[in-house]
Amino acid sequence: MSVPASLRSSVSTAVALLLLAALALVPLAAEVFEDPFLLTLFTRIVILALAAVSLNLILGYGGLVSFGHAAFIGVGGYSIGILAKHGMYAAWIQWPVALLMSALFSLLIGLLSLRTRGIFFIMITLALSQLVYYLANGAYAYGGDDGLTILKRTDFGGLINLSHRPSFYYLCWALLVLSLFLTHRLVNSRFGMVLRGAKSNDRRMAAIGFPVLRYRLTAFVIAGTVCGLAGALLATHTDFISPAMIHWTRSGDMIVMVVLGGMGSLFGPLFGAVSFLALEEILSSYTEYWKLVFGPLLVLVVLFARGGIDGALGRGHGGILLGIIGGFFLLHGVHLVYGDDWAIPGALLLGCVALVGLVHWLRRHAKSGDKP
Amino acid sequence: MSGQPVLRVRELVKRFGGLLATDSVSLDILPGEVHAIIGPNGAGKTTLIGQLIGELKPDAGSVEFLGRDITALPVHARSHLGLARSFQITSIFLDFTALENVVLAVQAHDGHSFRFWQKAMDDAALLQPARAALEQVGLGHRADIPANALSHGEHRQLELAMALATKPQLLLLDEPMAGMGPEDSARMVEMLRGLKGKVSILLIEHDMEAVFALADRITVLVYGRAIATDTPDAIRRNPQVRQAYLGEEAPVA
Repeated sequence: MSVPASLRSSVSTAVALLLLAALALVPLAAEVFEDPFLLTLFTRIVILALAAVSLNLILGYGGLVSFGHAAFIGVGGYSIGILAKHGMYAAWIQWPVALLMSALFSLLIGLLSLRTRGIFFIMITLALSQLVYYLANGAYAYGGDDGLTILKRTDFGGLINLSHRPSFYYLCWALLVLSLFLTHRLVNSRFGMVLRGAKSNDRRMAAIGFPVLRYRLTAFVIAGTVCGLAGALLATHTDFISPAMIHWTRSGDMIVMVVLGGMGSLFGPLFGAVSFLALEEILSSYTEYWKLVFGPLLVLVVLFARGGIDGALGRGHGGILLGIIGGFFLLHGVHLVYGDDWAIPGALLLGCVALVGLVHWLRRHAKSGDKP
Repeated sequence: MSGQPVLRVRELVKRFGGLLATDSVSLDILPGEVHAIIGPNGAGKTTLIGQLIGELKPDAGSVEFLGRDITALPVHARSHLGLARSFQITSIFLDFTALENVVLAVQAHDGHSFRFWQKAMDDAALLQPARAALEQVGLGHRADIPANALSHGEHRQLELAMALATKPQLLLLDEPMAGMGPEDSARMVEMLRGLKGKVSILLIEHDMEAVFALADRITVLVYGRAIATDTPDAIRRNPQVRQAYLGEEAPVA
């Protein structure tokens, strides 16, 4: 459809800003509804959105399908956990170490993997992250495969109290917003031009004089470090580290978040992480086999909404998409209120789908009617 | 300086298994000249360019550029010495606008790109030369069009603009007229004629009319071997060339 690009991205920007504003109100909502679980859930969502934003930098903008991004979650998390185990809680030790270790690991993994392309790159990043996974598994001093409980959260002195859950949530939220802003600056800078150019045509990049590898490696390290930060936050959030946070399925989840939200768009990973984790939460409240519903849903998105949620927002599908999401949450709300009476939510869903279909049909009809 | 060749190729050999794709080719390109390489399909023209630009590693021989041995230099380093190429099959950044394509080429030669903050597309140091290169090839009015919406002829022009934006000493043009209609071809010939004398050009082209209109000297490549290098007129008369390449019996005088 002939929606201008500037308008297209402004729709997605508006939705993203609304979403971020809504996320800022979560602690308030948790207070009002007296539902502390809401805050727990959304802290997790915000942290993993930060991780997805970091993956999007190399996957979406750089075209590097890293299947090992969870390794950096692990490195960040274990840095916090291990230091805590040895009685070092000071933020000025924990955070720099977590970031430095993540940067080091991503430099190492990047050096080894970035010389390959395509399927080999996917396989090598997967293998190296599994290496980190087994490293954590074998670290018996730090709980082995049982994991390790963190007894006390990072100490920021009088600056901020991470044990106060709303404060911790706002810290995560602020870091997410900051990461989005920095990504925005970075992808439009000269460095970003090189990164995106190399995704588009790396043979041409060499021909016009770019040594592409060093730029890719830098992007890989930036992404790994930011993801390490997300790992540190995740460990703090759960007061726990375990090899499960590094497992390859976690890397897969992150790829799904980015693809679902829209690869290579600024807000795609935000949309992806929020909808992935909210869906997971809601669907799994209905049935243990929630992936049976989630899987086909993902296939539908990949087939019909290229560019993910972000892409759909910019095209005519935006209304449909929002209608379906709205209908879905309405359905869920009714279910929460009326329990297992399926008649009402079922009818509501049918009504939503019919309405959306009608609007879509009318618009289409009107458009074809315009043309002689 | 004047007599010194820009590019000096000596005894270059490239084998693919049993196939001798480049058979000890020697070649000099003089400053400011348009040097065409012609030859039937499969003669090894693109393989030769690949070795000159650095994408392929020769099995033997040497390539010297501006008096410096570049045989072992990687592609991007050769670009910084002043060697630019256009591709036989259009190779541009399809997700970018025409202007962004050329900006990237300018950026490659404007210091390092570890600059993370300022917006590249607001940078006059990049935009001015990029717009100039687009104007030079006649694409100035199409600057903000995404590359994937440009026509085939415009893609070829954009290729040339990107090569020119790197301020080359020597342009390697791999079939710049490939797939072009007669009108676009004529325009491209005019454009290349305008470059004559400003930059040395090595031209690979099937369009004989264009070759004979532009070239100062022509090298004929057959089965990987350079069988003759001479002026267009001499090449036209060369019986060996007529037999091997033009597929004609030399007329009996």
